[in-house]
Amino acid sequence: MKSLFRGALLGAGLSLAAVAGIAQEYPSKQVNYIIPFNAGGESDIAARLQQPVFERLTGQNMVIQYMAGAGGAQAWSQLNGMEADGYTVMGTNLPHIILQPMAQDVGYTTDDISNVYFFQYTPDALLVPADSQFQTLEDFVTYATENPGAVTVAGSATNSANHVATVRLNELAGINTTYIPFSGTAPTMTALLGNQVQAAFSYTTAAIQQGDAVRVLAVAADERVPSFPDVPTFGEAGYDMVGGAYRGVGVPSATPEEVRTQISDALDAVNKDPEFIQKMEDGGFVVIDVPYSEVPSFMDERRAEYENVAPLMGIESTN
Amino acid sequence: MDKLIYLGEALTLTNLMLAFCGVAAGIVIGALPGLSATMAVAVLVPFTFAMDPASGLIVLGAIYNGAIYGGSYSAILVNTPGTPSAIATTFDGFPMARRGDGALAVSLATLASVVGGLVGALMLMFLAPPLAQVALAFGPPEYFWLAVFGLTLISALSVGNLLKGMIGACLGLILSMVGVAVIGADVRFTMGSQTLIGGIDIVAGLIGLYCIPVLIDLVATRDPHLKVATNSGFRLAESLAIASRQKFNMVRSAVIGTVVGILPGAGGSVASLVSYAEARRASKTPENFGKGEPGGIIATEAANNATVGGGFIPTLVLGIPGTPPDAVILGALFVQGIKTGPGLFSEQGGIVYTFIFGLLIGTILMLPVGLMVGRYAYKSIIAIPKAALVPTIAFMTVVGSFAIHNNLHDTAVMLALGIVGWVLNRAGYAPSPIVLGLVLGQIAEQGFVQSYLIGNAQGNVLGMFFGRPISLAIVAFAVIALFYPIVSGAISKRRISPTNATVESRSAK
Repeated sequence: MKSLFRGALLGAGLSLAAVAGIAQEYPSKQVNYIIPFNAGGESDIAARLQQPVFERLTGQNMVIQYMAGAGGAQAWSQLNGMEADGYTVMGTNLPHIILQPMAQDVGYTTDDISNVYFFQYTPDALLVPADSQFQTLEDFVTYATENPGAVTVAGSATNSANHVATVRLNELAGINTTYIPFSGTAPTMTALLGNQVQAAFSYTTAAIQQGDAVRVLAVAADERVPSFPDVPTFGEAGYDMVGGAYRGVGVPSATPEEVRTQISDALDAVNKDPEFIQKMEDGGFVVIDVPYSEVPSFMDERRAEYENVAPLMGIESTN
Repeated sequence: MDKLIYLGEALTLTNLMLAFCGVAAGIVIGALPGLSATMAVAVLVPFTFAMDPASGLIVLGAIYNGAIYGGSYSAILVNTPGTPSAIATTFDGFPMARRGDGALAVSLATLASVVGGLVGALMLMFLAPPLAQVALAFGPPEYFWLAVFGLTLISALSVGNLLKGMIGACLGLILSMVGVAVIGADVRFTMGSQTLIGGIDIVAGLIGLYCIPVLIDLVATRDPHLKVATNSGFRLAESLAIASRQKFNMVRSAVIGTVVGILPGAGGSVASLVSYAEARRASKTPENFGKGEPGGIIATEAANNATVGGGFIPTLVLGIPGTPPDAVILGALFVQGIKTGPGLFSEQGGIVYTFIFGLLIGTILMLPVGLMVGRYAYKSIIAIPKAALVPTIAFMTVVGSFAIHNNLHDTAVMLALGIVGWVLNRAGYAPSPIVLGLVLGQIAEQGFVQSYLIGNAQGNVLGMFFGRPISLAIVAFAVIALFYPIVSGAISKRRISPTNATVESRSAK
């Protein structure tokens, strides 16, 4: 009966937050938001856009902290040891939390991470320098078909979203390009702009930063991205490829179910804020709403996709 | 001259106050090992949202500049670089402080930092668009050779003990490989421990290898930490005299610093090591380097503060952060709604030039603030009795290594490396070659593998390494730096006494 009562309250959604003095009210104090990367990256920027909206809607502070290391694994492997009261939440990233444990023992498994909400993704974007001979995706694929292995594609790190994208495009287009991993988005873009490589797989967010200096050949989104209305999706060109880096929020595994739902509701309200959506889209992010109830099916879908591509990348499942 | 109108905008009382506070806070943060410029900037970013964009940028630039400079204090006074940029400052700074010249070393570091910062900021103001092309001309082979150039310093640092220097460097290179490789994602040397999956953090390594042996020795011996100087004060006149004798060194190092700062992925540590190597090569007394040569401090401090201006060149012109703090500032600009990227200079010229003037003002403010804080730091380090100094520094090493990533793993790594470093020190292995291997190993490895992969795709691996003009120039400098001491030594020997040389060669037969 009690849980039914709670459920009803939650059903009322965020209007609840306005009702003072109810025990289930969330958040009633400052929320610590741990980003498992260094400041300045996409995860940080997105969190900083969430922060003011969250504070405005809930009246509580959101404090962003950084716990970088091992591509996020350092923080994720410690997540379940943290206080499970809903006031410590951590950014989670796909494909990281699926591919990392698949490739090696990183101190956590994908199932150890309790995701409560996925709020955005940055679609993969195939970029070439502005003066490149490749005007379209078709030019790129044709050239790569004629010169197997000769086209160099830069990206950030191995077993990363950029790496997945390169391997998937190779597979779907039946081409063979050489993936060159760099230590982050900044060196990747430097190599691209300096014509050290012929193309780069990065995100729409990076493409916006470089402006006219790069040409986006295609984006891996369901539909065209608002900030690149003239750039086709891979789907339009006949390659069934939608993906990128997905970002969500996870909690320690001991966090009670109702608190998880409350966090999900609070983040959902942030995601519906028009000003937030506008800023995110200006930056090249694509806002998606995956609330707690839909997280399992979303994860299953992503997991199946990465499991297909993993053997092509040389990852042998350790399980 | 149209840019001068922005000087007025930067010179408001609020902005001056902000720059002053930023520099002071930055110096303190930079002086504490483990608290980095990136962290200082990241913590401050939310506060700048309440300011107008130009003021926000000025305070961020000031704290960044101050933090890079502040790293020299702990390098000079405690033999522990406060930031990786100050690694090379320990080479001569600590020996100077030991013999009682700590105040002189701090004053020299201040002067050099101010000049370096000014050169970097001026180059940012006047030469940013053409210099941004330098970042693009540097491909993986150039990064590889630049790291190799940095490694040649080992031969200079281990005069008379080359073998031990090389062994130390190899140990450092192995340490740099620990963890998941950026290229290939292989897990290396973690010994099955998850603690090491993220690799060995450079700052944890610095604190461990440099600071812990000093602490142990402080406890183990009766000697005071630093020899107390007979003449106190800033010793500013003396510093100015040395600085003016070394003006060529100072400017050359600042230019090297700016150019290396432009390269994303290289940064202040590489800049200061490269200019140190160049200063030593060009010096008339190379044998004094590493034993408390003022020219060494001037070279590294001018270079590392010049990377601040240099790093902003790709950040503002290309939208590619030159250094980690630049990435945070770029993110802050975006959140504030300023569109960065190639159009920034033309479209947002007002903000950009106000910011550069702010950077210049912050750099100049470093002179009084730095001399004051530096003097205070020096005085307190000498005045505090050893029984209080050791626990304080020990406490700071733990806090600092924890603060790197909010993680006790780094503290464990720091302590383990500290003990290893102390044992190796006793056996005659200096920490610097190990640190050089640790810092430069990743850059060298990534550059090498990337060059190989690209060369392989183009069917021209050799051309990739040896067929590019910038690469060849760096190789030439590396060869000169490596063999110059030997060659110049041989030449001067022959000049002094040709007969002796013949006798030597005869007896050698």
